[in-house]
Amino acid sequence: MLPDADRLVTEDPQPQPQPSPRVRIDLAARRHVRVDRTLREIEEQTRVGEVLIQGLIRAQLSLALRLSAVIAVLVGGLPLLFALAPSLAEVAVFGLRLPWLLLGVLAYPFLFAVAWVHVRQAERNEQDLSDFVDST
Amino acid sequence: MTESAFALPAIVLVTVVTLVIGAYGVRFARTTSDFLVASRTVSPAWNASAISGEYLSAASFLGVAGLVMKYGADVLWYPVGFTAGYLAMLLYVAAPLRRSGAFTLPDFAEARLGSGRIRLLCAAFVVLIGWLYLVPQLQGAGLTLGTVTGAPYWLGAVVVGVVVTANVATGGMRSITFVQAFQYWLKLTALAVPAFFLLLVWQAGGTGSLTADDVPVFPAETTVDVQVDVTVSVLEPVSLVAVGVVDGAAVDGPLRWESGRHDIAQGAELRFPAGAPVPHADQLDAVGNNTWATPLGTGGGHPEFPLFATYSLILATFLGTMGLPHVLVRFYTNPDGRAARRTTLLVLALLGVFYLFPTVYGALGRLYTPQLLLTGQTDAAVLLLPGAAIGGLGGQLLGALVAAGAFAAFLSTSSGLLVSVAGVLSTDVVGRGSVAAFRGAAAVAGIVPLVLALQVVSLDVSVVVGLAFAVAASTFCPLLVLGIWWRGLTDVGAAAGLLAGGLLSIAAVLITVLGGARAGWLGVLLAQPAALTVPVAFAVMIVVSRLTAVRVPVDIGRIMVALHAPESLGVHRRPT
Repeated sequence: MLPDADRLVTEDPQPQPQPSPRVRIDLAARRHVRVDRTLREIEEQTRVGEVLIQGLIRAQLSLALRLSAVIAVLVGGLPLLFALAPSLAEVAVFGLRLPWLLLGVLAYPFLFAVAWVHVRQAERNEQDLSDFVDST
Repeated sequence: MTESAFALPAIVLVTVVTLVIGAYGVRFARTTSDFLVASRTVSPAWNASAISGEYLSAASFLGVAGLVMKYGADVLWYPVGFTAGYLAMLLYVAAPLRRSGAFTLPDFAEARLGSGRIRLLCAAFVVLIGWLYLVPQLQGAGLTLGTVTGAPYWLGAVVVGVVVTANVATGGMRSITFVQAFQYWLKLTALAVPAFFLLLVWQAGGTGSLTADDVPVFPAETTVDVQVDVTVSVLEPVSLVAVGVVDGAAVDGPLRWESGRHDIAQGAELRFPAGAPVPHADQLDAVGNNTWATPLGTGGGHPEFPLFATYSLILATFLGTMGLPHVLVRFYTNPDGRAARRTTLLVLALLGVFYLFPTVYGALGRLYTPQLLLTGQTDAAVLLLPGAAIGGLGGQLLGALVAAGAFAAFLSTSSGLLVSVAGVLSTDVVGRGSVAAFRGAAAVAGIVPLVLALQVVSLDVSVVVGLAFAVAASTFCPLLVLGIWWRGLTDVGAAAGLLAGGLLSIAAVLITVLGGARAGWLGVLLAQPAALTVPVAFAVMIVVSRLTAVRVPVDIGRIMVALHAPESLGVHRRPT
């Protein structure tokens, strides 16, 4: 095992998180304490924290599933399309037969575009959570 | 075969540069963390080049073009799948895996499932998939060196095996990051520049149509040296001049072959006139040009069940990438989950550019090096095309460039595989993460596949690589996807799924490799097992986890937070 601060290994002899002790609220440092407390809530899996992260997981999973569906239909549907309409495979575009143009060239920018949408949207989902935590 | 005077110096140069960059990297590698994951300070641009450099193996550099040459439209799914695999990785795995903070796949399994036994099981599969993938790399090296210099097969395999093992044992991952990044750009150049000239030559020759003739024909009078016994199928009667043993009789003079099969013994020399139709090696299931160009024509070698073969291939490549050990270990070198995503996005761009070129070689190979369809060694198309189509000094120089690129492909992929196999061996089998243990493990990890590669000469590079994807898709893909997104996964469920998917797919690999069933439903199922084994692995994991629901880790909530919470929340910085 290698020592490292940010690992998730379970042999780490940390006890199960205890409920946080009551804190004295200092009005002058109120905002700071709030942020701090929200973080600790997430970390210690109080109900609020769990709900927050559950929401994020659901958002990220549904994003991934939606984009997978796009790929499954538009890319994964191609063999079926060519099986059902063999004449499509004979169509030539710019001197290239359609299957060669689609699979040999256009598939790559398309996959990149889907990936780009995912990165943007996944980061936005995370930003939404961070903003929410900051504003509580 | 065309031998280029520049090929050997080019290969030596690539090897030396790899060693020098590796030695330069050693200065930075001082702790175990440096060795294993480059202390996690690699930027997305460097990392993406390195991931792509590591990923583009013999299968991508030589195999894809060879497959396209043989089977045409249906195998375009190989490069598409190799790329789409990174999209699947991005959608389901990249950021959470980085946030898990684990170094290797067994680390992840133990952290997520809280069991030491599942860790060992994963370690076994990492080593197995790693070795399965290493053998064809070393074989490709033997083939390349043999094709371009006439050296014996074992020499290329030993050279790559020794160079890579020494480099990994002394430099570890930090130097590998530099080496891999350099090798992506080398490989892209080595494939793109000759492809550009090949297209020019093709244009100058009047852009001959690939489907004008019914079957491929010899463009000029061609002499073929048969180096291995081969049975060929003749589609149209052909006249030739033969010296050697043909159809069991010694021949020295003109010959006419009617349609049907003919046996040619090793050492025979066949001379075909220009315009003669090319006889095809029997295992290629002689394919006419129109069938070749049409989807579902060949099914990538399974003409009876093209649709099943195509979908099974799609499943294996789309889902197998995330389960390849050398791919996964790279994600731990990103500074955080966000960087892991951006790295993957860049990788998709780099792979997309690279994979435009093998198709060009595969298609032009049918015009300029059709004799490979006779000998069956289509993996050599990339190496021989520049010499055959361009010729002269230019052809020789470009031939040397592709040979250097091919060697870069073997060096980089084998390095990456070796780092992950050695990492797992040293931490899980030896049980110590020390630098000395890592070095010892690297030596063991390198020697085993080298011995295997020297034993088995006749395996097809692209077939074995495809099977490695199928095994990865049937084991680590369900483990990662369910482990990251489903709280209900238990250690027992994961183990059952790994064993079910793993054993089924490995059985298919063994039967196919040992030359078992080739025809019928069983043949296609064994050669493309993913469509069966991936759903089985998922189903077993889910059902058995449900049955053992009490074993869900008690701190599953905390684990899910660590996997999915963005670093900006600060939950990952726990004081220890």
